Amino acid sequence: MSATAIIVFREVLEAALIIGIVMAATSGLDRRGLWIGLGVLLGIAGAVLVAFFAEAVASAAAGMGQELLNAIILFIAVVMLGWHNIWMSRHGREMSRQLSAVGKAVRAASRPISVLAVVVGVAVLREGAEVVLFLYGIAAAEGGEAGSMLAGGLLGLALGGAAGALIYFGLARFAGRYLFAITGGLILFLAAGMAAQAARFLAQAAYLPSLGHRIWDSSDLLSENGTVGTLLHVLIGYTARPDGIQVLFYCVTLIAIGGLMYLFRAPRRPAA
Amino acid sequence: MHHGKPGRVLAALTLAAALWAPAALAEEPVFELTIRDHRFQPATLEVPANTRVRLVVVNADATPEEFESHELNREKVIAGNSRATILIGPLDAGTYPFVGEFHEDTAKGTIVVR
Repeated sequence: MSATAIIVFREVLEAALIIGIVMAATSGLDRRGLWIGLGVLLGIAGAVLVAFFAEAVASAAAGMGQELLNAIILFIAVVMLGWHNIWMSRHGREMSRQLSAVGKAVRAASRPISVLAVVVGVAVLREGAEVVLFLYGIAAAEGGEAGSMLAGGLLGLALGGAAGALIYFGLARFAGRYLFAITGGLILFLAAGMAAQAARFLAQAAYLPSLGHRIWDSSDLLSENGTVGTLLHVLIGYTARPDGIQVLFYCVTLIAIGGLMYLFRAPRRPAA
Repeated sequence: MHHGKPGRVLAALTLAAALWAPAALAEEPVFELTIRDHRFQPATLEVPANTRVRLVVVNADATPEEFESHELNREKVIAGNSRATILIGPLDAGTYPFVGEFHEDTAKGTIVVR
């Protein structure tokens, strides 16, 4: 497989897995395809815009605009994911019951599906901007090789899409009545990992203290460059050599969202 | 600065950053790296231990590059024909490899911290 395909695959993977998980988490809802499709389209439009203004973004905020933009995008996603999970801890069981009783097409007007569309949009925006820049670089500079490298880019895109489809169909097929419990767990760790990434960007820009470099080093045990390390990085925020601030944000996010899910959980089923 | 073109969002970001400016940003020692023909020059850079340093990466190629190092815990995209500042450290003595992720076969380098 070409280097181009691998790079594009790596960049696309995170957004693709998030879309897959969000599709599973919205199983059985009206018009979810429309919402998520809208999120993807707006994300792509945003990615092109950010890539086009890459230099302006980079020179903003005393040269730290890129870090700031990444952190803001990640925090938006964290808040939306947390909000979704807290909402689901209240209504999830009832939805799950309806889903298995009716089969599909649960009408839940108050369900915050738009919140997850925002998550999809910002995930596509963040990862997509790098893909656009990378492919633009190829198209602009490599001359005769551009054709084959763009083909590699498309292959990488297709493979990333396949990974997203795999996690979606895997969940939809095998999770059964635990579907929302599993997607809730995945989203909780996804949010914690994103908060840690955001903290790293802010530490990189010196807006936050790093609170120590390399709190641990597990790169010999599980490298972030390998397949398993990459997957775990995307899904639960695995980092082989984290700064202290990353660990702190990770734990605080887990506890905050988990705690609110517990506080707002649905009351025990009333005696009929 | 390129005000005006990118519009209100960037202006707001800049303002937010100005109000929330980190202290002592200008005091770190500065080191420069150049990317040319998808290679880092110099490929090995020596920096002092236990000190925060400013790494200025000048991308002399027309194509964008992504400076990435899991060892340094840093990643930053640098547009073609532009420059970017990356704050690193304070670090323990040792060697810290980095790559240009978009051209990983040629764009490799090491930061040696002494």
